[in-house]
Amino acid sequence: MAEPRPNIVIRQTEAIGRSVIESIETVGQWAALVGESLFWIFAGPRLNQPIRISIVVRQMMEIGVMALPIVALLSATIGVMLALQGIYTLKIFGAQSQVVLGITLSIVREFAPLITGILVAGRSGSALAARLATMQINQEVDALRVMGINPVRYLVVPSLLAMVIMVPALTFIADLIGLYAAGVYVTYDLGLSQAGYWAQVLSYSSNRDLWHGIGKSVIFAVLITLIAIVNGARVKGGAEGVGRATTRSVVQSISAIVITDMLFVYAVTS
Amino acid sequence: MSEATDDLVIEVKGLVAHYGKRKILDGIDFDVRANEIMVIMGGSGSGKSTLVRQLLSLDRPSSGTIHVLGKEIAKLGTVERGEFYKDIGVAFQSGALFSSMSVGENIMLPLTEHTKLDEQTQEIMMRMKLEVVDLAGFEDLMPAELSGGMTKRAALARAVVMDPKILFCDEPSAGLDPVVSAAIDDLLLRLRDALQMSIVVVTHELESAFKIADRITILDEGKVLMTGTVDEIKDSDNERIQNILHRRIEEETLDPDAYLERLTGIDVKAGAPL
Repeated sequence: MAEPRPNIVIRQTEAIGRSVIESIETVGQWAALVGESLFWIFAGPRLNQPIRISIVVRQMMEIGVMALPIVALLSATIGVMLALQGIYTLKIFGAQSQVVLGITLSIVREFAPLITGILVAGRSGSALAARLATMQINQEVDALRVMGINPVRYLVVPSLLAMVIMVPALTFIADLIGLYAAGVYVTYDLGLSQAGYWAQVLSYSSNRDLWHGIGKSVIFAVLITLIAIVNGARVKGGAEGVGRATTRSVVQSISAIVITDMLFVYAVTS
Repeated sequence: MSEATDDLVIEVKGLVAHYGKRKILDGIDFDVRANEIMVIMGGSGSGKSTLVRQLLSLDRPSSGTIHVLGKEIAKLGTVERGEFYKDIGVAFQSGALFSSMSVGENIMLPLTEHTKLDEQTQEIMMRMKLEVVDLAGFEDLMPAELSGGMTKRAALARAVVMDPKILFCDEPSAGLDPVVSAAIDDLLLRLRDALQMSIVVVTHELESAFKIADRITILDEGKVLMTGTVDEIKDSDNERIQNILHRRIEEETLDPDAYLERLTGIDVKAGAPL
């Protein structure tokens, strides 16, 4: 005979318990993935199982070079938007000449890494999760294993390396394009020269500000990769499961990026 | 048919495996000899695929031991397991070809990863294996462009490209028409004879099993019902084996109370929810 069905309180408590355990498992999986990735990066060549540079380069093209147009477009838009909003707000106090300070720090410290991270999460993180989920369902990951090819070495490490290299690179490019686009509007509106604008940008920003943004982008790159890999590897069901894994990956990545950004700023500035 | 020897390439003792809380394999004893074709048969849910996943060390056993080529596979570390797989070839039911690579690249992948052969030699070896499976000239096609039978043959070519000592084939002729299915059977026999390997085949197809098997193991509800030669299996007086061989459905004894409880979720005798 079937066991009696537990009441709603017990069921809800069990559901909460399962979610907590699942979250702890996820963090454990992230740690294990990072550990195993580092193992293959450093020990792989000695074991005659190096990371294939050609795969890393292919991933870098996909994650970085192919994303350049959209990163450029959005960072330019954000730059102009900051200039418009900054001048409008500061005019109230007659302090519009200080707008370059606001634009520079906002773009370099916040908007460039944030917008790049979100774009890469939506574009490459989702693609990575979908690819891994599809491979998992089609037994391609099992096929790799039984060929003696470690899936972490072959699939995870190239993506992780490509992300860690290309997301900061894209962030730096977003810095330049955002500042340039903002400069075009500021010089037009305030009658500043381009040389004067860039002199102000350089005087208001420091290496510390630049590394603040770049440092965050490295953390975002790791988060995007780990979230995509774990969601892709945990896929259940067929095509619908791939869709769910992809959506979950994007939502979790963007949430993680925004929350980590806030924590990072708090930790660095407080 | 190959001669039976005492050289065991696979030896399984008391294997128990669970999927979640459900017991799938319950005390399996199983072996495969060198240079023989062992066919694993059984109904759906009998544990065939789980057994193969255990033999390939893709899942961990709950208890029991599995020795493959003299190694206890559960005790292998990450690096040792990678080495162990170099002696194993697997053709999955779906083919599991990498969709982003051409057929040729799929077949060359194990060579690229595990050998220091130059690209030209790898290509020659790849074409040789494609010849063996009658797919010569198809190396530039993508997996999506292949028919079901061609996918299975390409998967076989990839599985044998490193000349493994043991080849595993999961449902090699499932979903294929009788002509292609017979061609795959012939191919497996040729591979065994040409490459002197042991082959473990999981199949539902009786005709295919009787044609290629040196021995057959029949699984039922996670247990080994019988292991024997084709004649021994055919001559068995075990009713369940005869039902499987003749595709008869066993009559289920129905407990009306349990059936009603399953449907309604109500304890029939007590008249209250379960």
